[in-house]
Amino acid sequence: MTRVEFDKHLRELKNELLEMGSMVEKAIARAVDALKRRDTEMARQIVEDDVKINKKRFDIEEKCVELIATQQPLARDLRQLISILHMTVDLERMGDHAEGIARINIRMGDEPLLKPLIDIPRMAQLGIDMTHRALQAFIDLSVEGARAVSASDDEVDALYDQVYRELLVYMIQDPRTIQRATYLLWIAHDLERIADRATNIAERVVFTVTGKMDEVGVSKY
Amino acid sequence: MIETRNKLPSRGGDANPPPTADKESPPSAAGDANVPSRDISVTIRGVHAYYGRFRAIKNVSLDVEARKVTALIGPSGCGKSTLLRCLNRMHEEVPGARMEGSIRLYGQDLYERNVDPVLVRRRIGMVFQKPNPFPTMSVFDNVAAGIKLNRFWFSRAELGDTVERALTHAALWDDVKDKLQQPGTALSGGQQQRLCIARALALEPEIILMDEPCSALDPIATLKIEDLMRNLIEDYTIVIVTHNMQQAARVSDMTAFLMMDEDRAGFLVEHGETKQIFTNPKEKRTEDYITGRFG
Repeated sequence: MTRVEFDKHLRELKNELLEMGSMVEKAIARAVDALKRRDTEMARQIVEDDVKINKKRFDIEEKCVELIATQQPLARDLRQLISILHMTVDLERMGDHAEGIARINIRMGDEPLLKPLIDIPRMAQLGIDMTHRALQAFIDLSVEGARAVSASDDEVDALYDQVYRELLVYMIQDPRTIQRATYLLWIAHDLERIADRATNIAERVVFTVTGKMDEVGVSKY
Repeated sequence: MIETRNKLPSRGGDANPPPTADKESPPSAAGDANVPSRDISVTIRGVHAYYGRFRAIKNVSLDVEARKVTALIGPSGCGKSTLLRCLNRMHEEVPGARMEGSIRLYGQDLYERNVDPVLVRRRIGMVFQKPNPFPTMSVFDNVAAGIKLNRFWFSRAELGDTVERALTHAALWDDVKDKLQQPGTALSGGQQQRLCIARALALEPEIILMDEPCSALDPIATLKIEDLMRNLIEDYTIVIVTHNMQQAARVSDMTAFLMMDEDRAGFLVEHGETKQIFTNPKEKRTEDYITGRFG
């Protein structure tokens, strides 16, 4: 089989993509964990570590551009590289959302949470899971795996809706809760965006395999 | 085992390099102007090459890094092949042709008075555009030819081993191990070219020059030779001249871009890492050439 060199570089790039995915999944998990425990020290660390995620994106982008320039990939090879370029953007934005959650944690300072966190950790776990499955679908080049990710997005959107309604009730009943409620709303929004980004990744998987850009599943929201 | 080698230094460099003064070599860390850094195999300094009164190459200086593929690219007539042939002293075989400047292999001046060009060509092997196995010889004899011609003493077993090793390094052994006595010309084009590579490898060169080695081959044979080149650089340095820019981008670590000026002399425009040349060249002329904006 020829193109040994190209295949080797592509494999390495995919490994780096998975590494970046792992960095982002950890950032999300730690951000919500730090929130639950009101650990502003860990939150500060997450903010600092976001620089590494950004750097990883640029490293991968640079290598993609070099590989496209020097190896003239076509067909699925080309779609894979273009998709990796897009996916690093999605992952980097997810990292920014995790950093956003950490910043809100820091901003809240010593204030107690408005209410115990139930839906928010659930949204985070779904987001992490979706990211993981979307990236795995890319490695496996599995359209089925990619489409399954979008079903989970509906679940996240439903949870976001629920959180929003709950927080609205709090705010209406007692305007003194508005500040703390909006903090939680922003956090829920960050997590909802994370899930959307994971869906984007899944769409790129379908593009890689079929050559078509399609919305993976039409959301009800 | 191999006797009567003249004084060309081995890959590690001579412990005591000859004290010829050469102001144009870059100084090494030790301060000796003649010892290049260990990563540079061939040092080219201020090279002008002439065919009679016509100057084909003007003032080219360039370091060829060891155990990497360096590609020479540029439009037709810009002196790429001429430069290549200066490296193994084939340029001077053309009547009226001469070279000025210096070319050193691990610090040894290849054009010094007491250096035998035949020995240079053993250490710096060459593969040509049209595969040219010796037509009257078998596969085995083709590979053994250089060894026999240089009158090294070999037992039959050692010769056999060397031929097998060379064919293996050239990714051809499996194809020909049962056909060693068949004529070299009975092989396909791609196989013939790998046979020519094996022939060069049998002499254990340090540098392999390739002058458009794939232009006579089909795409599959081309890619096999490109993959072979990437394997060969574990042990050898390769300099390749190619018209095919995509091939240069695929196969090389370093790229040197040459152009012709108004008096049709070739000169070096830019030399750098292939990935940088093809994604972000420093010179506009380089960018114009690689993006296909000629004239």
